[in-house]
Amino acid sequence: MKPAPFRYVAPRTRAEALDALRRYGSDAKLLAGGQSLVPLLAMRLARPGIVIDLNRIGDLAYVRPARGGVAIGAMTRQRAAEDDPLIASRYPLMVAALRWVGHPQIRTRGTIGGSLAHADPAAELPAVAAVLGARFVLANARRERIVDAADFFTGYLTTALGPDEMLTEIRLPPPPERTGWAFTEVARRHGDFALVGAAVLLVGDGEGRCAEARLAFAGVGYGPVRVPEAERALAGERVTEALAAEVRRIVSRSVEPEGDIHATADYRRHVAGVLAARALIEAASRLEVRT
Amino acid sequence: MGTRYFGEPVRRREDPRLLTGRGTYVDDVRPPLLLHAAVLRSPHARARISRLDASRAAAAPGVALVLTHADLPPALREPLPRLIPHPALVHHKTQYALAPGQVRHVGEPVAFVVAESRYQAEDALDLIDVAYEPLPAVTDLEDAVRPGAPLVHDDMGTNVCAEYTQRVGDPDAAFAAAPHVFRERLRMDRGAASPIETRGVVALWDAQTRELVVYDSTQAPIRIRNYLAALLGLPQNHVRVIAPDVGGGFGPKIMMCYPEELLVPHAAMRLGRPVKWIEDRRENFVSMNQEREQIHDAEIAVDADGRILAVRTRFLYDSGAYIPYGIIVPIVASTQLVGPYRIPNYECTFKAVFTNKVIVSPYRGAGRPHGCFVMERLMDRVARELGLDRAEVRRRNLIQPHEFPYDTGLIFQDNAPLIYDSGNYPALFARALELIDYEGWPAAQAAARREGRALGLGLALYVEGTGIGPYEGCRVTVEPSGKVYAATSVGTQGQGHFTSFAQIVADALGVDVADVTVTTGDSGAFGWGTGTFASRAAVVAGNAVALAARAVRDKALLVAARLLEARPEDIELAGGRAFVRGAPARSVALGEVAVAANPLRGTIPAEWEGPGLEASRYFAPPRGTFAAGCHAAVVEVDRETGALRVLRYVVVHDCGPIINPLILTGQIEGGVAQGIGNAFYEQIVYDPDGQVLTQTFMDYLLPTASEVPPVEIAHIETPSPLNPLGVKGAGEAGVIPVPATIASAIDDALGTRITQMPLSHQRLLELARRAPVGAAAGGAA
Repeated sequence: MKPAPFRYVAPRTRAEALDALRRYGSDAKLLAGGQSLVPLLAMRLARPGIVIDLNRIGDLAYVRPARGGVAIGAMTRQRAAEDDPLIASRYPLMVAALRWVGHPQIRTRGTIGGSLAHADPAAELPAVAAVLGARFVLANARRERIVDAADFFTGYLTTALGPDEMLTEIRLPPPPERTGWAFTEVARRHGDFALVGAAVLLVGDGEGRCAEARLAFAGVGYGPVRVPEAERALAGERVTEALAAEVRRIVSRSVEPEGDIHATADYRRHVAGVLAARALIEAASRLEVRT
Repeated sequence: MGTRYFGEPVRRREDPRLLTGRGTYVDDVRPPLLLHAAVLRSPHARARISRLDASRAAAAPGVALVLTHADLPPALREPLPRLIPHPALVHHKTQYALAPGQVRHVGEPVAFVVAESRYQAEDALDLIDVAYEPLPAVTDLEDAVRPGAPLVHDDMGTNVCAEYTQRVGDPDAAFAAAPHVFRERLRMDRGAASPIETRGVVALWDAQTRELVVYDSTQAPIRIRNYLAALLGLPQNHVRVIAPDVGGGFGPKIMMCYPEELLVPHAAMRLGRPVKWIEDRRENFVSMNQEREQIHDAEIAVDADGRILAVRTRFLYDSGAYIPYGIIVPIVASTQLVGPYRIPNYECTFKAVFTNKVIVSPYRGAGRPHGCFVMERLMDRVARELGLDRAEVRRRNLIQPHEFPYDTGLIFQDNAPLIYDSGNYPALFARALELIDYEGWPAAQAAARREGRALGLGLALYVEGTGIGPYEGCRVTVEPSGKVYAATSVGTQGQGHFTSFAQIVADALGVDVADVTVTTGDSGAFGWGTGTFASRAAVVAGNAVALAARAVRDKALLVAARLLEARPEDIELAGGRAFVRGAPARSVALGEVAVAANPLRGTIPAEWEGPGLEASRYFAPPRGTFAAGCHAAVVEVDRETGALRVLRYVVVHDCGPIINPLILTGQIEGGVAQGIGNAFYEQIVYDPDGQVLTQTFMDYLLPTASEVPPVEIAHIETPSPLNPLGVKGAGEAGVIPVPATIASAIDDALGTRITQMPLSHQRLLELARRAPVGAAAGGAA
C-alpha cells in the first residue's frame, strides 16, 4: 500500500500555492490534513502527478471575527475550531457537529477546509455550512470569488472549485438572535461517517415560534441536503410533537439517498425523518422566549 | 518458601518495552542490503490465466526478481502442505505458493516481485501483464451446494469436500417420541481476525554457511521451521524461525504455510540478499485466512418441563477456496455446541464446502461461537415456547458438579474423547445471575419501558475445550549470575507469557520474578513444539515450564546440599538463595549453586543428570481440559434507528486456578470486544462475483472503545485434574458467547427472534419495525 510516484511541493505562502495550482491544475492534489487524501494515495485510488502540501503555509489557519460573524482559514484544524471560544459562542452547532467528526486524533490533523473541499456526502461539516449559510472564498492566482454553500457542493465528491482554485476561507454570517440548534447523527460506530446526520437551525421569533427553519442532512444525497418543504412547514410555527411528526414524514418522503453495504436507501430515508424530528425537538428546546 | 507469584496480578513485564515503542515486530527487522517484496493478487474470484508476462516488470527500475508459478522450483510448484488430515475430508485441497494457471479467490497470489523498495515493487506489479478468462464464481454457501453450482475445483464434481456426522444415543427415536420439538435456521457470517500487526516475513540467507534465518509474524515458528526445511531442501538445524513480538494472532497466524512464508525465504536464497514482505491492510482482507460462516438447521426436543431430550443440527461450513487446515473448525462447532447441558441424544452433521472466497481456518473461538449461538438460541426458544423462565430452563439442564468427569460421548478436535474434566456450572450461572441482578430485571425493564426505552437482558453459557496436545516443552537454566532463563516452544502474540511463565518459574526456584527471562517463539532457542492456538499455551506450555523449573529446583537442592553439607530435603530455595531449613545463615546464592553444578575439575554425580542448573521437560496432556463460563448483558435498542448500546456486560469465568488475574482480565476483555464486533459490526461482505467489498477499516468495522462497554468479571476456580498446575485455557473465553448473549438481550428488548449474526443498524431496525411494540421475550416470565 504505497502511493504511485508523484512530485511534491510544499509552498510557504498562499501565493506560492496558488502559483503551483496555476501551473499544474488538474494534475495536482492539495494536501491539507491528509485524512482522506493520504489513504487514497496509499491505495493508489488517487494518482496525482503532484501533491501540493499546504501545511507549511502560515496564514491559512485562523478564526477571526468578521463583520459580526467569523472567518475561518481553510487550514484551521477541526480540533482548533472545536476548541475556539469565538466559534463556541456564536456557532455552538458547529462545535456540536465537530464532535461527530472522527475522533480527536483525526480532528487534530483534519482541517475545516479539507473536509468541505473533499465534500464527502456523509460528512458533517457540509451540513453545518448549509444551515449556517456559510460562504466559501475560492482563490486562484489571479482573483478570488465567493460562493454560497448552496452553490459550492455540486455533486458526488465535487464542488464549485476549479482545477486551479483553492478554498482559502469559510465565512460564517452573524448568527441570528435567538436561535435554537441541534446536530445529531447515526453512524455505524462513533466517529464513522454518518449513515444519516441532521443539522437543524431555528431562528426564533421571541414568542417560541420559528421565524425561520433550516434543516440539512448528511448521508442522504451527494452534498448537504436541504428540505425546503420541511422548512416551509416550520416557518412561523411552534414546534410541537405533531409538527415534528409532520416534518419527519416530509423529510422521509423528500430525501433520495442511495444504499451501500452499511445501510440501504430505505434505512437512510427512514432514519433521516427520525433524526429530523429528534433534532427539531432538541433545537426548539433551545429557542429563547422573550421575557 | 518465598513469595508465591502464582495467582498474583503481576504487571506485564513486557509492557514498558512495548508501550514505549521498543518492541521488535517483523517490520522492525531491518538488516543491511534489504530488498522488499510485493505480491500481485488475483482480481477475480475464479478465472483461468491465459497469459502471464512479467518481462516488463522484471526490467523495471529497482526490480531484483519476479516470480511466477513457472519460475518456482518443483517443491514450491506443488499444492502446499495438508496440515490436519481427517478420514472424512475426502478432498483435502490446499493452496499454491503462486497460482498455476487458475485462480480461485480474489487475493490469490499470482506473481511475486522483489525490488530495492516496496514502492518500486508495487510499481512493478502494475507492469505485469496478466490475461484472465473470468469464470463463474460461487460465493454463497447455500448456492455452492446446489446442483449445477460452479465448481471451485473442477476435478471434484462437487463443492463439498467433507461430510461428517457424530451421534450420541438415539436422536431419531428421541425426536420421534418428544412432546415438543422446536426448529431454528441459524446463520453466522464471515469475519476477519484483523490483528493490529498484519502478516510479515523477513528472510536472511547466509550462502557461506547455508543457514536461513526467518522472522515471521506467526503463531507456530517451530512448525514453520519444519515446513521451510522440507520445502526448501535444508536440514532443520540450518533453519531458524523467529516469531519476534507479534501484534496479535487470533488464529489465522497458525497457518502453515502462507505462500509468502515460502516465497520470501526462497527469494532471499535466490538473491543472496535479505528480503522483507509486509502484508498491507488491504492485502490482509483478501489473503489472511478468515472464519465464521456457518448455516445451521438445528432442532431441539424437550419434555414439558423444558428438559432436553435431544438436539440435532445439520450445518454447512464455508471453507473458502482451499482447506489446508482441515475440518477443525466444524468439528469444534459440532462438539462444543452441547455446552454445559445434559443432552442424552445428540446428532451433528456438517458439510464442509468450497466457495470462491478467502481460505478459512480457525479464528479465536473457532466454531465455538457458532455452537454456543445455536445451543443458546434453542434454549431461549424452549423458554419462550413453554412459557418458562430463561434461567430456569437452563438451570434444569445443567450438568451437575457431581457428574464430573462427564463424558459427552463425542470425539473432540484432538481425536480424543470429549470428556469434561471438571467444572461447576450451577455455581457460575448463579453468580452471573446475581451480578446482572436477574431477579430485579423485570422491574428494571418495566421502568425503562415506561420511559420509552427498549432494554433487554441476555444470557448465554458455554464450555470451552482448551489445552489440547500433543505437547509443548521448556528448558529452564540458572546462570552463574543467578538469573534464570526459560525458553519455551510456543510463540506469544500478546498473551503475556513473558510474565505468566516467569511467575511459574519464580515460584519453583524461589527467585524474584524480575530475575526470570522468558524466551518464546524462537526455534533457535527451543526446537520442539507445536504452537500457540486453541487456548493451550498456559495449559500445555505452562505445565512444561513448571515441570522444567521443578526439575531444576530438584537439582539445585542436590547441588546445594553438597555445598551446605546438609540433606537435600533440608534445603529451601528463597530470595535467590539456597539455605538450610531453620538455619538461614547457612546459605548460598543460587548462582553459586549453578557454578558448582558445572565444575572445572572432578566429576558430576550421575544423579545430577548432566551439568549446570538446567533441565528440559515436556508436557503432553492425554486430552483437553474444559473451561466454562456465563455471559450476561443488558442492552438498549433504539427502535427508530436500530442503534444498539451495550449498557452492562458481565462475565463469570472458570479456567481453574488463575496464574495472573490481570492478564486473564485482558484476555477476557479483548475477547468480549471481538465478540461485540462479531455481533454487530464486523462482516466481510462479498458481492455475487466474489469481490470483497470490505477492504478497509472504513468498511470493515472493528468496535472501538466507544462501542465496547466496561466488562464486569468474576471468577470461580475449578482445578483440572489433568495437569500439574490444574489450569485451563482462557484465550477464547471472552469471544465465544457474545453473539448468543447479545441476541438473547435484543430478543428480550424487542420481542424479536434473532437468527443471524452479525446484526447491524439496518437489520436491527428491520427487526424492530416488525416486532410488536411493548413485547418482551422472556425475562422472568
